[in-house]
Amino acid sequence: MSAADVELVCPAGTPAALRTAVEAGADCVYLGFRDETNARNFPGLNFSRPELADGIAFAHERGAKVLVAINTFPKAGRPDLWHRAIDDAARFGADAVILADVGLLDYASRTHPDLRLHLSVQASASSVAALNFYREAFGIRRAVLPRVLTLPEIAALCRDVPLEMEVFVFGGLCVMAEGRCSLSSYACGHSPNIDGACSPAQHVHYLERGDTIQSRLDDFTINTFGSGEPAGYPTLCKGRFEANGKLSYLFEEPTSLNTLAILPELIDAGVKAFKIEGRQRGRAYVAAVVKGFRQTVDAIRRGETPPVIDLGAITEGGRQTAGVYKGNWR
Amino acid sequence: MNGARPEAALTLGPVLFHWNPERWRDFYFKIADEADIDSVYVGEVVCAKRLPSYEKYIAPVAERLSRAGKEVVLSSLALALSARESAAIAALAEDDASGYPIEINDMFAAARLKGRPHMVGPFVNCYNEGTLAFLARMGAVRVALPAELPAAAIAPLAGAGLAEIEIQAFGRMPLALSARCYHARSRGLSKDGCQYVCAEDPDGMDVETMDGTPFLAVNGIQTMSFRYANLLRELDPLRALGVTRFRLWPQGCDMVAVAALFRAVLNGTLDPEAASAQLADLVPEAEFANGYVHGRAGHAQVTETDGTPFPLSWS
Repeated sequence: MSAADVELVCPAGTPAALRTAVEAGADCVYLGFRDETNARNFPGLNFSRPELADGIAFAHERGAKVLVAINTFPKAGRPDLWHRAIDDAARFGADAVILADVGLLDYASRTHPDLRLHLSVQASASSVAALNFYREAFGIRRAVLPRVLTLPEIAALCRDVPLEMEVFVFGGLCVMAEGRCSLSSYACGHSPNIDGACSPAQHVHYLERGDTIQSRLDDFTINTFGSGEPAGYPTLCKGRFEANGKLSYLFEEPTSLNTLAILPELIDAGVKAFKIEGRQRGRAYVAAVVKGFRQTVDAIRRGETPPVIDLGAITEGGRQTAGVYKGNWR
Repeated sequence: MNGARPEAALTLGPVLFHWNPERWRDFYFKIADEADIDSVYVGEVVCAKRLPSYEKYIAPVAERLSRAGKEVVLSSLALALSARESAAIAALAEDDASGYPIEINDMFAAARLKGRPHMVGPFVNCYNEGTLAFLARMGAVRVALPAELPAAAIAPLAGAGLAEIEIQAFGRMPLALSARCYHARSRGLSKDGCQYVCAEDPDGMDVETMDGTPFLAVNGIQTMSFRYANLLRELDPLRALGVTRFRLWPQGCDMVAVAALFRAVLNGTLDPEAASAQLADLVPEAEFANGYVHGRAGHAQVTETDGTPFPLSWS
């Protein structure tokens, strides 16, 4: 893949964020309907049907694409909501839909044979065999790869599977096989796969205990902070727990992914699309991150040394890592 | 008392933990000889690195189970990262010489069976009728549903008549898989240099919150519930929905006795409340949960209901 061909795929949690992302240089925006058909089903986020139509018009006028995420797993007995989401995305002229559920992939490929299908990261396809299965069974054109693969593994997939590969380059980090994690529903009854949100705010509490603040998800303490420390959001897998007689960030530290420094290597690996996480984040985040990645990709495209861009202030928890792609993360 | 219900079978899921190879073999020999269980799943689901230690016992175990009249199913890996792991899954799926049916636990393996009848394990995301219909077209005859599905989902799937539906009824619930090994990480080791520390916790490694509340359990790359599923009280109402199989996950306790309790409740010879009390005595270290099937948090233990066994509509 050459730098000229890569796409920046940017989050749009709201119509305002869509416009911000497009104006900051997004090649594609991704978004979802305002219901549980997508994996960022948070209050105040996402698009109504008229907003989607307007958003697609705005993006297309400026040469940008719109990808509609319908990446939860339909509730048994109620598939209509999900089928209608696919039908409407197709009807409004979305450039692709991003799906994870096999039943939905089957429905979309039969009902809308011309609709471009992208495999969501929620399908957790991380091997040649898995990617080829989705390609052969449903004709997917692109796969979003889980955030658990190393650069050499990504390069091998790009080489061995005739699909466009999309990888996450910035934002929140899932350490579990995505779409195969029920930790949130075990703790608070809210399933990312079914309800479209992990560790959602309505189940979060902050309790002051003397000099410390506990962040809790329903009945469970996820972390404790001293009075001087900022109390982070209690995303379950980024909490501190005790195991084997030791207190630690057992699953993952509260870090964010930032791959600005290794974009040239990802391009060389053959990655087609760079995805920025964060549909739940505000316009300032979208503007800063999209602009930073736009400048970097454009500099690489011109053969120049990319500028040094500091996005530390806007990452969740403040700490950043490229450690999944580089080094011995496992 | 269960005359109107379809026949229900008891299934023993594959051992998810890394047991000493001889313990693993002897566990299944005892199940073969003594347990009133209809189907037994055998094979490595969690971590490919463990398999070489007990692979030589799979054939004798399968043979002894089979001779004892039990259906034997060979289970395959849930998460393939390396090409070698994918190849192992494909080889198991494509091998129809063993004579035993296969349980797939990774979606891609469905295509490798080329329509041959097979089972789908609970690590495959079958949440709805669309997916169930696809799996059935690929040859699935039995599907064990993911632990987090409520009765509102189980009812239409069990009623669809597309494949037999199996529900997890006992043992720690599988909640997540990862490319990273948390057992190794808890010891400051990497997955590649793990020294097989997961073998030190034959029922999983307990995980507590900072204020000492038991929460989860770690089993290598897998995260499980701290609490054990116990659906003794829900067996009969689930059968009424069309569920025909109940899965017991092997734990370190006396699984022959556990199976006997579930069988007695299925047969109507023991009251679920009395069986639950006996189960608590059999597994004194366990706390129990049934929240998922009631549409609640998975860790919840629901004992009071509003006159119906569990909600059948989505909240």
